[in-house]
Parts: sequence; C-alpha cells; structure tokens
Amino acid sequence: MSALLKRSCSHNMLAAIIMLIFICFCVHFQNTAGQFFSSGHTNNWAVLVCTSRFWFNYRHVANTLSVYRSVKRLGIPDSHIVLMLADDMACNHRNPKPATVFSHRNMELNVYGDDVEVDYRGYEVTVENFLRVLTGRLPPSTPRSKRLLSDDRSNILIYLTGHGGNGFLKFQDSEEISNVELADAFEQMWQKRRYNELLFIIDTCQGASMYERFYSPNIMALASSQVGEDSLSHQPDLAIGVHLMDRYTFYLLEFLEDIHPASKSNMNDLFKVCPKSQCVSTPGHRTDLFLRDPGSVLITDFFGSVRKVEITMEAIHLTDPILHPMSEEVQEKTYSYVDQLPVSEIIHQKPKQKDWHPPDGFILGLWTLILLVFFKTYGIKHLKHIF
Amino acid sequence: YILYILIYIPIFVFVLLRKLIKEEGENDFQEELVIRPLHSGDIYASFQFRTLWETDFMRENKVSHYRLFPKSLGQVISKFSVRELHISFTQGYWRTMQWGQPFLPSPPGAELWVWFQDSVTDVDAAWKELTNVLSGIFCASLNFIDSTNTVQPSASFKPLGIVNETDHRFLRYATLPREIVCTENLTPWKKLLPCGSKAGLAVLLKSEKLFHSSFFSQTVHIRPVCQDRECKTTSWELRQTLNVVFDLHTSGQGKREWSLFKMFSRTLTEACPLASSSKIYIDVTDNPQEEYFELSPATPLLSQAVVLGDRRTFSVYDLTQQVTFGTVRSLNLLIRWKSTEGDMLRPLLHAERYVAGYGLQTGEIHTVMYNNHPFRSFPVLLLDSVPWYLRLYIHTLTVTSKGKDNTPSYIHYQPSKDRMRPHLLEMLVQLPPHSVTEVTVQFERALLKWTEYTPDPNHGFYVGSSVISALVPSSVAMDTNITQEQPLFSSFFPCKEESSYFVRVYTEPLLVNLPTPDFSMPYNVICLTCTVVAVGYGSLYNLLTRSFQIEEPNPRLAKKIANFIRRIRGVPLLS
Repeated sequence: MSALLKRSCSHNMLAAIIMLIFICFCVHFQNTAGQFFSSGHTNNWAVLVCTSRFWFNYRHVANTLSVYRSVKRLGIPDSHIVLMLADDMACNHRNPKPATVFSHRNMELNVYGDDVEVDYRGYEVTVENFLRVLTGRLPPSTPRSKRLLSDDRSNILIYLTGHGGNGFLKFQDSEEISNVELADAFEQMWQKRRYNELLFIIDTCQGASMYERFYSPNIMALASSQVGEDSLSHQPDLAIGVHLMDRYTFYLLEFLEDIHPASKSNMNDLFKVCPKSQCVSTPGHRTDLFLRDPGSVLITDFFGSVRKVEITMEAIHLTDPILHPMSEEVQEKTYSYVDQLPVSEIIHQKPKQKDWHPPDGFILGLWTLILLVFFKTYGIKHLKHIF
Repeated sequence: YILYILIYIPIFVFVLLRKLIKEEGENDFQEELVIRPLHSGDIYASFQFRTLWETDFMRENKVSHYRLFPKSLGQVISKFSVRELHISFTQGYWRTMQWGQPFLPSPPGAELWVWFQDSVTDVDAAWKELTNVLSGIFCASLNFIDSTNTVQPSASFKPLGIVNETDHRFLRYATLPREIVCTENLTPWKKLLPCGSKAGLAVLLKSEKLFHSSFFSQTVHIRPVCQDRECKTTSWELRQTLNVVFDLHTSGQGKREWSLFKMFSRTLTEACPLASSSKIYIDVTDNPQEEYFELSPATPLLSQAVVLGDRRTFSVYDLTQQVTFGTVRSLNLLIRWKSTEGDMLRPLLHAERYVAGYGLQTGEIHTVMYNNHPFRSFPVLLLDSVPWYLRLYIHTLTVTSKGKDNTPSYIHYQPSKDRMRPHLLEMLVQLPPHSVTEVTVQFERALLKWTEYTPDPNHGFYVGSSVISALVPSSVAMDTNITQEQPLFSSFFPCKEESSYFVRVYTEPLLVNLPTPDFSMPYNVICLTCTVVAVGYGSLYNLLTRSFQIEEPNPRLAKKIANFIRRIRGVPLLS
C-alpha cells in the first residue's frame, strides 16, 4: 500500500516537474513575444512647443528643433509631429547665417536642417491653440498637419520650453498657461481616450511646478529644474551673439544622439540626464501616475516610432480599375484669353448694384421717435390723413 | 509556342484597349532656369517649372490617377471649384531701379488671389476654407486671411487663363505683408515637383544659399490654358517659379564672378527624367562680342525672345543632351566679368510709396509713380487695400502729375467697416510721358482694443503693397500667339496687342505705428493702489479703532521666584 502510494507519489512528482518545466518554457516564450508587444501602443505622436518670441530667445527655438530632429531621426514622420514655434529665428534678419539654427558653438550642428515642417508658427502659437490641439477641439477646416489625430493606442511625447515660473508657463510674452489648465487638458485627453501613455518634458525655470497637478493615469513627467530654481542656458556663440541652447536640453540632445531605433535604453537612463553638476539646477521627474515600471519603458517607446509589422501570406484581390469611355463630342467652341487691362471697358463699367438691405434698428427707431413726437404734438386725428 | 500565344494575346488586347479608352490626358513637364547678370554686379536667377495636364477637374467622376500633377493641389482645385489660383511667398523687396523688371513680380510677404468657378454659391465660405487648407499645404499662417484683409477688386487682377466671361464677384485677393518665408515653406513647395529635389534643376534649391540673398520669391500659379494655336481644347497648367537675386557682397564675396557652384553650392549632373525639356538660359544681350563678361563652358545654342518689351538674346544649355555635361558629367556655368562699364536699360514704369506726417494720430500716404518713357503716355490701374485701423479720408485724395491735377478716369472706392473689411481704392490714371505722378491721401490712426494687439505691438503694423497694373508701350513687336516653343519666362502674361505688354509693379509695404497702450499698466496700478490703500487707510483705521491697555511687564526671574515663595508663605507679593 505504501509502495503503491510511493510510486503514485513519484509519478505525481514527475508529472508536476514536467508541468513546471513546460510552464517555464511557455512563460519564457511568452516573455520574448510579450516583450515585443508589452508597451501596448501602435503609433507615436509628438507635440513640440516653443513659446518664446524675440531674437534673444533663440535658445528656446534651438531646444525645440533639437528635440524635433531627434524624434524625426528615430522614426516619427512629419505627419505625426505637431511643431509649434512662436518666432522665426532661422530667417530672422538678425541671423548672420540665414536658414540655420545652431545648437553647438562654432556652428557644428544645424538643427533646422533642410527638411523641416513647422505646423504652427508666429502668432498662431497661443494657449488656446495649444489646448485645442491637445484636446482635439479644432474648427472643421483645420488641415490635417495641424491636428493631433491620436487614438487610445498612441504614445505621445509633449515637450514644452520657454520662460516659466511657479505654476505657469509664459506664451509669447503676453499670456500664460497654468499647471491646473494643463492637468485638466490631460484629463480631457484621458477621458476622450486620446492617449495610451504620455511623456511630458518641460525645460523652463521652476519646471517641476508644471507637473505637480497632474492627476490622469499613464503620465510620466520630467522637468529641468525644481520649484524655486532657475534653468540656465548653456553657451553663447560670439558670432551669432545669443545663447544657443539651454543646459538640460543640450545634455538631453547629447544623450539622444546615442540612441538609435533598436536601442534598449530605458527611462531610468533618461532620468539620469544632466545631473546637478552639469545642469546647476536639479532635474526632477514624476512617475507615480505611470502604471508600468520606468525601468521597463524604452526610450524609443516615446521618441521613436517603432512599427510592429505583421507578415501575411494571404493573396489580396485588386478591383478592376474604373475605365472612362472616350468622349465622342468635338468642341467647336474656341477659347481665348482675356484682356488684362481693358481700358475702355473699365471706364464704362457700370457701378455695381448694391444689395438692398432693410433699414437697421437705428433708422427705424429714429423714424418712430419722429412720428411719435409729431402725433403727440398735433394730435391723433391727423393719423387718418396718413393711412 | 502555345505559351507564346497565351502571353502575347493579352498584351495585344491590353494595348488595343488602352488606345480605345481615353486615358487621363497627357502630362507634360518642363523646367527652365534663366540667369540674368545685373549691372550692379548682382545676379538674378529664375527657376520655372511647368506641368501641363489635359483633364477636367470639374466632372462628376473624380480624378483619381495623378502622375506628374501633384495630388494635393488637384484635390484643392476640385473640392473648392477653383478656376485660377495664384500664391506667392516673398522675402525682400524688388529694387526696380537697380535690377530692372522681374519676369514674374511678387509683393513682400504672402499674396493669394483666386478666381472661383461660376458654380460656386458661397464664395466667402469657400475662400475661408481654401486659405485654411493652403496654410496646411505650405506650412504658412494663411489662416490669418479673413474678411479684414480680403478685398474683391473690381478691375484689377483679370484672369490670366482661359475664361468665358469675368464676373468680379468670384475674385478674392488678400496679402499678408508680415509673413516670413523660410525653409519650412520651401520644403513642401519642392515636394510638389515631379522629380522633387532629387533630379533636374531642383537639385540646386538648397535653402542655406537661397535665403542668404537680397530677394527670394517662390510662387505657384494654376490656370487653364490653350493647348495650341486654335485653342479648341484647354489643359490645366501648374507653374512653380522661384526668383532669387544674389548679392555681390554677401554671396559673391565682392568678386564679380558667378558660377552655379558659388550661387547654389551644387552643380548639375542630369535633367529630370520626367521632363520633356530642361534648359538653362543666360542673358547675353549686353554682351554680343564678349566684351563685358565671359561665359564658360561655351555653347553654340542661341535663342532670341521678346521679354518685357525688349528683344533679348540668350545662350541656351540643353540638359537633356548628354553633351552639355561634357566629360566631367557635371555642368558648372561660370560667368566672369572683364569690365564694369555699360549702362542699364531703365525701366519704363517704377513706383514708390511712403508714409508722411508726424505723431501717432494722423498721417499721409504718398504713392509716387514714374513714367520714364520719353514721349508715350499709358494708363495704369492702381489698387490700394488699406486695413480698417487706418481711417482714410477720401476727400483729401489728390492725384497730381507735373504739378497739375490729373483726374482719374475711373475710381472705385469701397469704404472700410471697423473690424470687418478694409478700404479698397482702385483708380485708372493716365500717366503723362516723362513725368512723376503723386497720389496722396490722409488718414487717421484708430485705437485698437487691448486684446487685438499682437504680442509685439511696438514693431508696428503692416499695410500691404499697392498693385499697379499697366500696359507699357514696348519698343519691339510682341508676339500675340502663345505657343509651346516660347521659353516659359516670356509667355506668362497673355498678350492681346503687339505694341504694348502687360506689367504689374508692386510698391513697398508700409509699416505704421499705432498708438500702443502700456500693457504693464494694470499691474502697476494694482500694486500702487494696494500700497496706497494699505499704508494710508490702514494707518488711519488703526488710529481710529485701536485702544491702548496698560500691561504689566514680565517680571524678572528673581522676582518670579521671590513671588512664588511669598505666595507659599501667604505674604503680599512684590510689585
């Protein structure tokens, strides 16, 4: 009896061990395949905003363009990038090298490049337009390149730079956006299912105050300085005459130049960019709203556009092309060009008939007053002579 | 060989079917570069790219197959029922007195004028949507075009293409003088070309050199044109032109020697394979015996064309021939000056505009037009579109030529409506020979609401250029038939009579300062008021309501201990 039990026990144990090995194998297989699809996003978007105007804020435009350059290099196409630059530095008349924006001293790296598409420029960069882009509440005639057409499987990178303070970011020296408004906009995006995960980077003075009020899930935020600290600029170029970049974005650019689309660096490396020794300010980050562990989030999940490709062997049938029959009619009409300055015709042009408009309120009121005074003065018996 | 039959019969049937079924029409693409050395040492280069397509955008079956014609523009034409579209982006001002007349004029900033088809019912709504769509295509802020800067000219801007009748209700014109042109506008413009910027003449279009110039202009013109001399059929023409003037000192480093490499930092290696003709024209009219400048590599091809009322001779380089590129497989034209003499052909029509007056309340706009022809007078049509915040007083309008009053034979004035539409003034003035005509009108500056100011209001506010359209007498007989053999740059404006040619001149835009409030005033007032209230009223309130009580000072430690012991003893305390 005990021998039987022992045998069945050993059988059971063997079965259990085999099951365990099988499960381990399955899990391992699941992990490698699962890792491929672990982030859960299918497309990437980027919204890059520079909020400062005037030539001495050259560095903010250079900041935004260097992030644009990295994001394009890592694979996000122009149609998925909304780039907002509040002023034009490249073709500014003070720029000694037109059509260029440099990030490094001695003009080493032109971040403006030859293939750039700016979606919102100049006076179009306002708080209202920024919030409309984020929430998607744009007028119907807005072109596609100016819209953020993200869905619930999109990872969005939002980068803001400019002058800021405790709880606000200044737009174009005339208005500001507060951290409460920004948090509410992100909550609107969450409720409309406009993002899967969101990475928010801000490079301004006291930048950490901007992400204090976030309350929507799946947001990770980085800032270049804590509350009470200023973000400093990196280096001036004596030929151009202004500071070229801000410190935090300069070291961020250096870090991103080492990333390629297949790289496996994760967010913990990004948090280490620009320590206090280099940046003078203390960069901060916030990950409590983010569901995944930052160590498992790849940089290319936000900065790159890694497409998942599914290969199929099915045959696809194409429809027949639409064939238009040849028109048999032969036009006998002869066309001609128009005289560009027909002097006699212009001189004898009849004046345009103005459309008749009914009299507006002022005229009606005036005539009513006149009639009332008339009939008050002279009595109502004159009324029958009028009507 | 049953296999051969099986293969060849379908091919034969397919070819037959193609011949029977009308294709989408012929596509034709031509590219051209004209280089004209200027007397001041600068050099003027004009690129012209033309795509012709025989199709009908307005029929019910939508056009779906695009070959050379860009799809984005084709969809714009069919969706908004556009008959003609002309858009230009310019940086810099064309100096007529130093450079002569341009082949295709354009005002500083952005300019857009559109003729809609007769079938459009609501032209203003179509115009608004069209500007938004174009702002997305060209990455420009064209969405700022609205009713406050759109006008409907009544006699200027007649259609440049084929038309049955012109009803000016379908024309809209707007300019944005503030608009900046930079690489972000050039990039989508280059993407509209069939070869992109990869082959042909478009290879030379590098932004770092193009924007480091005195004048840069890129335009797109879409219109229906005649296909041949009889003009029984029409086709759609898309013309993209790029005009650039390189300065002797900034791009030329002071040396009077120009080459393609020096101008564009590139040389040419091949023509665009999709182009039916790809040519470079160098203007050598002033240099018949090579006494002023030398052109290398030499070319035997010479061509003559009547352009801007003058017969000019051009050396032609045909890029579709392999022999043009020589043994090095690349073409780098070199123009080297030998002497700096020679005078310039003075332009017959020239205009200037400026603001006179002082202070921030009133001012006067002066438009000055010069007729440099020795004995002929000709009519000009002046179009002025002034924003509503400069209130024009038309009763102060004066037109004087040679000191005497010159009454215009046609005036059309549409007054402005605050915040709704601008002033429109169109006048037909006859310019006497060899004279200066001055048009003056006084205005008053309005005060805007504080939210209507731009973020940088102290820069000033722009007033768009005036447009002067004129029929200038030409010294050479013009060709009234537009054929395919003419070079593109000479066949843009249609010619109806041989003795004069049509020209359009743009004046400078104006920059006026409006009375600007001090935007830091509310902040300052709040601080000052709160300080005064706190200090003044606060002290008064305290004085009136504060009551004083006498308080025992805190006893010293020794006294405290002594009092404590006395309390225990039951003895009266110390004071």
